[in-house]
Amino acid sequence: MRELSLYTGCLIPNRYPGIEKATRLVLDRLDIRWSELKEAACCPAPGIYRSFDKITWLTLASRNLVLAEEKNTDILTICNGCFSSLMDANNILKSDTGLRNEVNSHLKKIGKEYLGTIEVRHIIEFLYKDIGAEKLDKLIEKPLELRAAVHYGCHLLKPTKERKLGGAECPVFFDELVEATGAMSVPYEGKTNCCGAGGGVRSAMLETSLKMTEYKLERMEKAGVDCIVDACPFCHLQYDWGQAELAKAGKAYNIPVVHYSQLLGLALGYEPEEVGLNLNEIINPGFEEKIALVQKGKPR
Amino acid sequence: MKNSEILTCLQCGTCHASCPSGRYTSLNVRKIVRDSIRKDISDEPELWMCTTCYNCQERCPRGIKVTDAILTLRSEAVKKGEILPAHRKVCRFLIETGNSIPIDDKHRLLRKRLGLGNPEPAHKKALKEVRALLASTKFDELIKA
Repeated sequence: MRELSLYTGCLIPNRYPGIEKATRLVLDRLDIRWSELKEAACCPAPGIYRSFDKITWLTLASRNLVLAEEKNTDILTICNGCFSSLMDANNILKSDTGLRNEVNSHLKKIGKEYLGTIEVRHIIEFLYKDIGAEKLDKLIEKPLELRAAVHYGCHLLKPTKERKLGGAECPVFFDELVEATGAMSVPYEGKTNCCGAGGGVRSAMLETSLKMTEYKLERMEKAGVDCIVDACPFCHLQYDWGQAELAKAGKAYNIPVVHYSQLLGLALGYEPEEVGLNLNEIINPGFEEKIALVQKGKPR
Repeated sequence: MKNSEILTCLQCGTCHASCPSGRYTSLNVRKIVRDSIRKDISDEPELWMCTTCYNCQERCPRGIKVTDAILTLRSEAVKKGEILPAHRKVCRFLIETGNSIPIDDKHRLLRKRLGLGNPEPAHKKALKEVRALLASTKFDELIKA
Protein backbone atom coordinates (compact mmCIF):
# COMPACT_ATOMS: atom_id res chain seq x y z
CA MET A 1 0.00 0.00 0.00
CA ARG A 2 1.06 3.58 -0.66
CA GLU A 3 2.36 5.69 2.22
CA LEU A 4 -0.27 7.86 3.87
CA SER A 5 -0.18 11.52 4.79
CA LEU A 6 -2.21 12.11 7.92
CA TYR A 7 -4.46 15.11 7.40
CA THR A 8 -5.91 16.20 10.75
CA GLY A 9 -7.94 19.22 9.61
CA CYS A 10 -8.91 22.00 12.08
CA LEU A 11 -11.26 20.50 14.62
CA ILE A 12 -9.10 17.59 15.78
CA PRO A 13 -5.81 19.41 16.47
CA ASN A 14 -7.55 22.51 17.82
CA ARG A 15 -10.46 21.06 19.86
CA TYR A 16 -9.98 17.30 20.31
CA PRO A 17 -6.21 16.74 20.21
CA GLY A 18 -6.75 13.40 21.99
CA ILE A 19 -8.15 12.01 18.74
CA GLU A 20 -4.95 13.08 16.96
CA LYS A 21 -2.83 11.45 19.67
CA ALA A 22 -4.87 8.23 19.54
CA THR A 23 -4.58 8.08 15.75
CA ARG A 24 -0.80 8.49 15.86
CA LEU A 25 -0.49 5.74 18.50
CA VAL A 26 -2.75 3.37 16.60
CA LEU A 27 -1.11 3.91 13.18
CA ASP A 28 2.32 3.26 14.69
CA ARG A 29 1.15 0.16 16.53
CA LEU A 30 -0.31 -1.23 13.30
CA ASP A 31 2.99 -0.57 11.45
CA ILE A 32 1.29 1.64 8.90
CA ARG A 33 3.64 3.84 6.84
CA TRP A 34 2.51 7.39 7.46
CA SER A 35 3.73 10.95 7.95
CA GLU A 36 2.09 14.28 8.65
CA LEU A 37 0.70 16.43 5.87
CA LYS A 38 2.60 19.53 6.91
CA GLU A 39 1.49 23.01 5.90
CA ALA A 40 -2.03 21.84 5.18
CA ALA A 41 -4.92 24.24 5.83
CA CYS A 42 -8.68 23.90 6.30
CA CYS A 43 -10.06 21.14 4.01
CA PRO A 44 -12.17 23.56 3.60
CA ALA A 45 -15.26 22.67 5.64
CA PRO A 46 -17.89 21.44 3.16
CA GLY A 47 -20.96 22.83 4.97
CA ILE A 48 -19.90 26.42 4.60
CA TYR A 49 -17.39 26.79 1.76
CA ARG A 50 -18.98 24.34 -0.66
CA SER A 51 -22.26 26.17 -0.01
CA PHE A 52 -20.69 29.59 -0.50
CA ASP A 53 -18.51 29.25 -3.59
CA LYS A 54 -17.67 26.04 -5.42
CA ILE A 55 -14.48 27.36 -7.01
CA THR A 56 -13.05 28.61 -3.69
CA TRP A 57 -13.95 25.29 -2.07
CA LEU A 58 -12.29 23.32 -4.89
CA THR A 59 -9.23 25.55 -4.97
CA LEU A 60 -8.49 25.34 -1.24
CA ALA A 61 -9.13 21.58 -1.25
CA SER A 62 -6.84 21.16 -4.26
CA ARG A 63 -4.00 22.88 -2.40
CA ASN A 64 -4.18 20.18 0.30
CA LEU A 65 -4.37 17.47 -2.37
CA VAL A 66 -1.32 18.90 -4.14
CA LEU A 67 0.70 18.82 -0.89
CA ALA A 68 0.12 15.05 -0.81
CA GLU A 69 0.79 14.71 -4.55
CA GLU A 70 4.16 16.39 -4.03
CA LYS A 71 5.00 13.68 -1.45
CA ASN A 72 3.55 10.89 -3.62
CA THR A 73 1.31 9.74 -0.77
CA ASP A 74 -2.41 9.18 -0.37
CA ILE A 75 -4.24 11.32 2.18
CA LEU A 76 -5.63 9.77 5.36
CA THR A 77 -8.49 11.70 6.97
CA ILE A 78 -9.96 11.08 10.42
CA CYS A 79 -12.92 13.41 9.96
CA ASN A 80 -16.00 12.92 7.76
CA GLY A 81 -16.03 16.59 6.79
CA CYS A 82 -12.41 16.54 5.61
CA PHE A 83 -13.09 13.22 3.85
CA SER A 84 -16.11 14.73 2.12
CA SER A 85 -14.35 17.90 0.94
CA LEU A 86 -11.10 16.28 -0.12
CA MET A 87 -12.59 13.17 -1.74
CA ASP A 88 -15.37 15.01 -3.56
CA ALA A 89 -12.97 17.71 -4.75
CA ASN A 90 -10.48 15.06 -5.89
CA ASN A 91 -13.20 13.21 -7.83
CA ILE A 92 -14.50 16.41 -9.42
CA LEU A 93 -11.03 17.64 -10.40
CA LYS A 94 -10.02 14.26 -11.83
CA SER A 95 -13.08 14.07 -14.06
CA ASP A 96 -13.88 17.69 -15.01
CA THR A 97 -11.16 19.21 -17.19
CA GLY A 98 -12.79 22.64 -17.25
CA LEU A 99 -12.89 22.93 -13.47
CA ARG A 100 -9.37 21.50 -13.17
CA ASN A 101 -8.05 24.17 -15.53
CA GLU A 102 -9.85 26.89 -13.61
CA VAL A 103 -8.52 25.64 -10.27
CA ASN A 104 -5.01 25.31 -11.70
CA SER A 105 -5.15 28.92 -12.91
CA HIS A 106 -5.54 29.93 -9.23
CA LEU A 107 -2.97 27.40 -7.96
CA LYS A 108 -0.42 28.77 -10.45
CA LYS A 109 -0.27 31.95 -8.37
CA ILE A 110 1.29 29.98 -5.51
CA GLY A 111 3.45 27.88 -7.85
CA LYS A 112 1.37 24.71 -7.59
CA GLU A 113 -0.48 22.45 -10.01
CA TYR A 114 -3.11 19.80 -9.36
CA LEU A 115 -2.36 16.58 -11.25
CA GLY A 116 -4.85 14.06 -9.90
CA THR A 117 -2.38 11.37 -8.87
CA ILE A 118 -3.48 10.44 -5.35
CA GLU A 119 -6.45 9.01 -3.46
CA VAL A 120 -8.23 10.29 -0.35
CA ARG A 121 -8.85 7.74 2.39
CA HIS A 122 -10.83 7.77 5.64
CA ILE A 123 -9.41 5.84 8.55
CA ILE A 124 -12.54 3.67 8.85
CA GLU A 125 -12.65 2.49 5.24
CA PHE A 126 -8.85 2.26 5.21
CA LEU A 127 -8.75 -0.02 8.27
CA TYR A 128 -11.63 -2.07 6.92
CA LYS A 129 -10.25 -2.56 3.41
CA ASP A 130 -6.48 -2.48 3.84
CA ILE A 131 -6.04 -3.99 7.33
CA GLY A 132 -9.28 -5.86 7.93
CA ALA A 133 -11.47 -6.41 10.98
CA GLU A 134 -10.14 -9.97 11.42
CA LYS A 135 -6.54 -8.83 11.68
CA LEU A 136 -7.49 -6.15 14.23
CA ASP A 137 -9.45 -8.73 16.21
CA LYS A 138 -6.36 -10.96 16.42
CA LEU A 139 -4.19 -8.07 17.66
CA ILE A 140 -6.44 -7.35 20.60
CA GLU A 141 -5.53 -9.23 23.75
CA LYS A 142 -8.12 -7.75 26.06
CA PRO A 143 -11.44 -7.28 24.26
CA LEU A 144 -13.47 -4.25 25.37
CA GLU A 145 -16.72 -5.48 26.81
CA LEU A 146 -18.77 -2.42 25.98
CA ARG A 147 -22.16 -1.77 24.44
CA ALA A 148 -21.53 0.80 21.72
CA ALA A 149 -23.88 3.01 19.71
CA VAL A 150 -22.06 3.24 16.39
CA HIS A 151 -22.58 6.54 14.56
CA TYR A 152 -21.22 6.44 10.98
CA GLY A 153 -21.85 10.11 10.24
CA CYS A 154 -23.45 11.21 6.97
CA HIS A 155 -20.40 12.08 4.91
CA LEU A 156 -18.57 8.82 5.55
CA LEU A 157 -21.34 7.06 3.58
CA LYS A 158 -23.00 9.64 1.37
CA PRO A 159 -23.25 10.47 -1.47
CA THR A 160 -22.96 6.69 -2.00
CA LYS A 161 -22.12 7.18 -5.69
CA GLU A 162 -18.96 9.04 -4.65
CA ARG A 163 -18.04 7.01 -1.58
CA LYS A 164 -18.50 3.57 -3.14
CA LEU A 165 -18.73 1.95 0.30
CA GLY A 166 -22.05 0.22 -0.31
CA GLY A 167 -25.53 1.38 0.67
CA ALA A 168 -26.20 4.03 3.28
CA GLU A 169 -29.36 2.55 4.82
CA CYS A 170 -27.86 -0.48 6.62
CA PRO A 171 -24.07 -0.30 6.42
CA VAL A 172 -22.00 -2.83 8.41
CA PHE A 173 -18.29 -2.12 7.85
CA PHE A 174 -17.85 0.30 10.74
CA ASP A 175 -19.78 -2.02 13.07
CA GLU A 176 -17.39 -4.84 12.16
CA LEU A 177 -14.41 -2.69 13.11
CA VAL A 178 -16.06 -1.74 16.41
CA GLU A 179 -16.82 -5.38 17.17
CA ALA A 180 -13.19 -6.28 16.40
CA THR A 181 -12.30 -4.35 19.58
CA GLY A 182 -14.56 -6.67 21.58
CA ALA A 183 -17.30 -4.06 21.93
CA MET A 184 -20.81 -4.90 20.84
CA SER A 185 -22.47 -2.68 18.26
CA VAL A 186 -25.97 -2.24 19.67
CA PRO A 187 -28.77 -1.65 17.15
CA TYR A 188 -30.81 1.51 17.72
CA GLU A 189 -33.55 3.34 15.87
CA GLY A 190 -32.38 6.13 13.58
CA LYS A 191 -28.82 4.81 13.51
CA THR A 192 -27.91 6.37 10.17
CA ASN A 193 -29.58 9.70 10.97
CA CYS A 194 -27.56 12.90 11.11
CA CYS A 195 -26.05 14.14 14.41
CA GLY A 196 -27.38 17.60 13.54
CA ALA A 197 -24.10 19.50 13.26
CA GLY A 198 -23.43 19.67 9.51
CA GLY A 199 -24.20 22.13 6.77
CA GLY A 200 -23.45 25.14 8.96
CA VAL A 201 -26.52 24.35 11.10
CA ARG A 202 -24.67 24.01 14.41
CA SER A 203 -22.83 27.30 13.98
CA ALA A 204 -25.89 29.30 12.95
CA MET A 205 -28.82 27.47 14.59
CA LEU A 206 -27.63 25.69 17.71
CA GLU A 207 -31.08 24.90 19.10
CA THR A 208 -32.23 23.30 15.85
CA SER A 209 -29.08 21.23 15.60
CA LEU A 210 -29.51 20.02 19.19
CA LYS A 211 -33.04 18.80 18.44
CA MET A 212 -31.54 16.41 15.89
CA THR A 213 -28.88 15.38 18.40
CA GLU A 214 -31.50 14.73 21.02
CA TYR A 215 -33.43 12.51 18.60
CA LYS A 216 -30.32 10.36 18.41
CA LEU A 217 -29.43 10.49 22.12
CA GLU A 218 -32.93 9.45 23.22
CA ARG A 219 -32.74 6.36 21.03
CA MET A 220 -29.19 5.48 22.05
CA GLU A 221 -30.17 5.78 25.70
CA LYS A 222 -33.19 3.55 25.13
CA ALA A 223 -30.93 0.92 23.55
CA GLY A 224 -28.83 0.92 26.73
CA VAL A 225 -25.33 1.78 25.52
CA ASP A 226 -22.09 2.47 27.39
CA CYS A 227 -20.74 4.88 24.78
CA ILE A 228 -21.15 6.44 21.35
CA VAL A 229 -18.48 5.53 18.80
CA ASP A 230 -17.99 7.99 15.94
CA ALA A 231 -15.65 8.50 13.00
CA CYS A 232 -15.71 12.29 12.84
CA PRO A 233 -14.72 15.08 15.25
CA PHE A 234 -17.69 17.23 14.28
CA CYS A 235 -20.18 14.45 15.14
CA HIS A 236 -17.99 13.88 18.23
CA LEU A 237 -18.26 17.54 19.25
CA GLN A 238 -21.99 17.63 18.55
CA TYR A 239 -22.61 14.63 20.82
CA ASP A 240 -20.10 15.67 23.48
CA TRP A 241 -20.67 19.43 23.72
CA GLY A 242 -24.29 18.85 22.73
CA GLN A 243 -24.88 16.69 25.80
CA ALA A 244 -23.29 19.37 27.98
CA GLU A 245 -25.54 22.00 26.35
CA LEU A 246 -28.64 19.83 26.80
CA ALA A 247 -27.66 19.14 30.42
CA LYS A 248 -27.84 22.88 31.12
CA ALA A 249 -31.45 22.71 29.92
CA GLY A 250 -32.05 19.89 32.40
CA LYS A 251 -31.65 16.87 30.12
CA ALA A 252 -28.66 14.77 31.13
CA TYR A 253 -27.73 11.70 29.08
CA ASN A 254 -24.16 11.28 30.26
CA ILE A 255 -23.11 8.97 27.41
CA PRO A 256 -19.34 9.13 26.78
CA VAL A 257 -18.31 9.88 23.18
CA VAL A 258 -15.39 8.00 21.64
CA HIS A 259 -13.77 8.40 18.22
CA TYR A 260 -12.84 5.05 16.66
CA SER A 261 -9.10 5.89 16.88
CA GLN A 262 -9.60 6.25 20.64
CA LEU A 263 -11.64 3.05 20.94
CA LEU A 264 -9.00 1.07 19.04
CA GLY A 265 -6.32 2.69 21.20
CA LEU A 266 -8.13 1.54 24.35
CA ALA A 267 -8.47 -1.98 22.93
CA LEU A 268 -4.74 -2.01 22.17
CA GLY A 269 -4.07 -1.23 25.84
CA TYR A 270 -3.52 2.54 25.89
CA GLU A 271 -5.00 4.22 28.92
CA PRO A 272 -8.00 6.55 28.63
CA GLU A 273 -5.82 9.61 29.30
CA GLU A 274 -3.29 8.59 26.64
CA VAL A 275 -6.02 8.70 24.00
CA GLY A 276 -7.48 11.91 25.44
CA LEU A 277 -10.82 10.59 26.70
CA ASN A 278 -10.41 12.92 29.68
CA LEU A 279 -10.64 15.89 27.27
CA ASN A 280 -14.31 15.23 26.60
CA GLU A 281 -16.98 17.37 28.25
CA ILE A 282 -18.96 14.26 29.19
CA ILE A 283 -17.06 12.18 31.70
CA ASN A 284 -18.76 9.09 33.06
CA PRO A 285 -16.81 7.38 35.87
CA GLY A 286 -18.75 4.13 35.35
CA PHE A 287 -17.45 3.95 31.79
CA GLU A 288 -13.85 4.55 32.86
CA GLU A 289 -14.23 1.78 35.48
CA LYS A 290 -15.37 -0.67 32.82
CA ILE A 291 -12.32 0.16 30.69
CA ALA A 292 -10.00 -0.15 33.70
CA LEU A 293 -11.50 -3.54 34.58
CA VAL A 294 -10.83 -4.85 31.08
CA GLN A 295 -7.33 -3.37 30.92
CA LYS A 296 -6.33 -4.78 34.33
CA GLY A 297 -7.86 -8.16 33.55
CA LYS A 298 -6.17 -11.23 32.10
CA PRO A 299 -5.55 -11.41 28.35
CA ARG A 300 -7.91 -13.79 26.53
CA MET B 1 -32.07 28.16 -10.70
CA LYS B 2 -30.72 26.83 -13.99
CA ASN B 3 -30.84 23.11 -13.26
CA SER B 4 -32.75 21.01 -15.78
CA GLU B 5 -32.52 17.95 -13.55
CA ILE B 6 -34.91 19.34 -10.96
CA LEU B 7 -37.54 19.90 -13.65
CA THR B 8 -38.02 16.11 -13.54
CA CYS B 9 -39.16 16.28 -9.88
CA LEU B 10 -42.56 14.65 -9.43
CA GLN B 11 -43.17 16.25 -6.00
CA CYS B 12 -43.54 12.87 -4.24
CA GLY B 13 -42.16 14.22 -0.96
CA THR B 14 -39.67 11.41 -0.25
CA CYS B 15 -37.04 14.12 0.28
CA HIS B 16 -39.05 15.91 2.95
CA ALA B 17 -40.03 12.65 4.66
CA SER B 18 -36.32 11.71 4.86
CA CYS B 19 -35.12 15.07 6.17
CA PRO B 20 -33.88 15.06 9.79
CA SER B 21 -34.02 18.85 9.95
CA GLY B 22 -37.50 19.09 8.43
CA ARG B 23 -38.80 17.07 11.37
CA TYR B 24 -38.15 20.08 13.63
CA THR B 25 -37.97 23.12 11.34
CA SER B 26 -39.83 24.83 8.52
CA LEU B 27 -37.39 23.31 6.00
CA ASN B 28 -39.41 21.47 3.35
CA VAL B 29 -37.07 20.21 0.66
CA ARG B 30 -39.91 19.30 -1.69
CA LYS B 31 -41.14 22.90 -1.52
CA ILE B 32 -37.63 24.28 -2.04
CA VAL B 33 -37.22 22.20 -5.19
CA ARG B 34 -40.63 23.29 -6.48
CA ASP B 35 -40.23 26.98 -5.68
CA SER B 36 -36.67 27.26 -6.95
CA ILE B 37 -37.90 26.46 -10.47
CA ARG B 38 -40.42 29.29 -10.39
CA LYS B 39 -38.75 32.07 -8.47
CA ASP B 40 -35.73 33.40 -6.64
CA ILE B 41 -35.71 31.92 -3.13
CA SER B 42 -32.36 33.38 -2.06
CA ASP B 43 -33.82 35.11 0.99
CA GLU B 44 -35.56 32.02 2.40
CA PRO B 45 -34.00 31.12 5.76
CA GLU B 46 -34.88 27.44 5.22
CA LEU B 47 -31.97 27.12 2.74
CA TRP B 48 -29.65 27.23 5.76
CA MET B 49 -31.52 24.68 7.88
CA CYS B 50 -30.19 21.76 5.81
CA THR B 51 -27.39 19.73 7.45
CA THR B 52 -26.36 18.38 4.00
CA CYS B 53 -26.92 14.82 5.27
CA TYR B 54 -27.77 13.65 1.72
CA ASN B 55 -30.78 11.52 2.79
CA CYS B 56 -32.97 13.31 0.22
CA GLN B 57 -30.45 12.86 -2.56
CA GLU B 58 -29.95 9.17 -1.76
CA ARG B 59 -33.65 8.39 -1.63
CA CYS B 60 -34.97 10.53 -4.51
CA PRO B 61 -36.79 8.12 -6.86
CA ARG B 62 -35.88 10.36 -9.80
CA GLY B 63 -32.19 10.34 -8.85
CA ILE B 64 -32.16 14.11 -8.58
CA LYS B 65 -29.08 15.45 -6.81
CA VAL B 66 -31.24 17.27 -4.29
CA THR B 67 -28.58 18.16 -1.71
CA ASP B 68 -26.24 19.40 -4.43
CA ALA B 69 -29.13 21.55 -5.72
CA ILE B 70 -29.49 23.08 -2.24
CA LEU B 71 -25.76 23.86 -2.24
CA THR B 72 -26.15 25.64 -5.58
CA LEU B 73 -29.13 27.61 -4.27
CA ARG B 74 -27.06 28.61 -1.25
CA SER B 75 -24.26 29.84 -3.51
CA GLU B 76 -26.75 31.96 -5.44
CA ALA B 77 -28.03 33.38 -2.15
CA VAL B 78 -24.49 34.17 -0.96
CA LYS B 79 -23.79 36.10 -4.19
CA LYS B 80 -26.79 38.26 -3.27
CA GLY B 81 -25.30 38.93 0.15
CA GLU B 82 -27.45 36.45 2.08
CA ILE B 83 -24.87 35.35 4.62
CA LEU B 84 -25.71 34.48 8.23
CA PRO B 85 -23.52 36.31 10.77
CA ALA B 86 -22.27 33.03 12.29
CA HIS B 87 -21.14 31.78 8.87
CA ARG B 88 -19.43 35.07 8.04
CA LYS B 89 -17.52 34.69 11.31
CA VAL B 90 -16.29 31.20 10.34
CA CYS B 91 -15.16 32.58 6.97
CA ARG B 92 -13.24 35.34 8.73
CA PHE B 93 -11.47 32.72 10.86
CA LEU B 94 -10.36 31.03 7.65
CA ILE B 95 -9.07 34.28 6.17
CA GLU B 96 -7.30 35.22 9.43
CA THR B 97 -5.83 31.84 10.37
CA GLY B 98 -6.19 29.35 7.49
CA ASN B 99 -8.41 27.29 9.80
CA SER B 100 -12.16 27.45 10.28
CA ILE B 101 -11.66 26.54 13.93
CA PRO B 102 -8.50 28.26 15.15
CA ILE B 103 -6.46 27.07 18.09
CA ASP B 104 -6.78 28.80 21.47
CA ASP B 105 -4.68 28.91 24.64
CA LYS B 106 -6.55 26.07 26.32
CA HIS B 107 -5.87 23.70 23.44
CA ARG B 108 -2.26 24.86 23.01
CA LEU B 109 -1.73 23.65 26.57
CA LEU B 110 -3.62 20.39 26.05
CA ARG B 111 -1.56 19.60 22.94
CA LYS B 112 1.61 20.18 24.92
CA ARG B 113 0.43 17.89 27.70
CA LEU B 114 -0.32 15.15 25.18
CA GLY B 115 3.18 15.52 23.74
CA LEU B 116 1.83 16.72 20.39
CA GLY B 117 3.80 19.14 18.25
CA ASN B 118 2.97 22.79 17.72
CA PRO B 119 1.38 23.08 14.28
CA GLU B 120 1.37 26.87 14.28
CA PRO B 121 4.63 27.58 12.37
CA ALA B 122 3.41 25.32 9.52
CA HIS B 123 -0.02 26.98 9.67
CA LYS B 124 1.60 30.39 9.24
CA LYS B 125 3.33 29.25 6.07
CA ALA B 126 0.08 27.75 4.82
CA LEU B 127 -1.80 30.91 5.62
CA LYS B 128 0.20 32.97 3.14
CA GLU B 129 -0.77 30.62 0.32
CA VAL B 130 -4.37 30.30 1.48
CA ARG B 131 -4.75 34.08 1.47
CA ALA B 132 -3.28 34.30 -2.02
CA LEU B 133 -5.79 31.71 -3.23
CA LEU B 134 -8.74 33.38 -1.46
CA ALA B 135 -7.79 36.66 -3.10
CA SER B 136 -7.44 34.95 -6.47
CA THR B 137 -10.93 33.41 -6.29
CA LYS B 138 -12.25 36.73 -4.89
CA PHE B 139 -13.63 34.97 -1.83
CA ASP B 140 -12.63 37.83 0.45
CA GLU B 141 -14.76 40.18 -1.68
CA LEU B 142 -17.69 37.75 -1.52
CA ILE B 143 -17.54 37.79 2.29
CA LYS B 144 -17.18 41.57 2.51
CA ALA B 145 -20.19 42.23 0.29
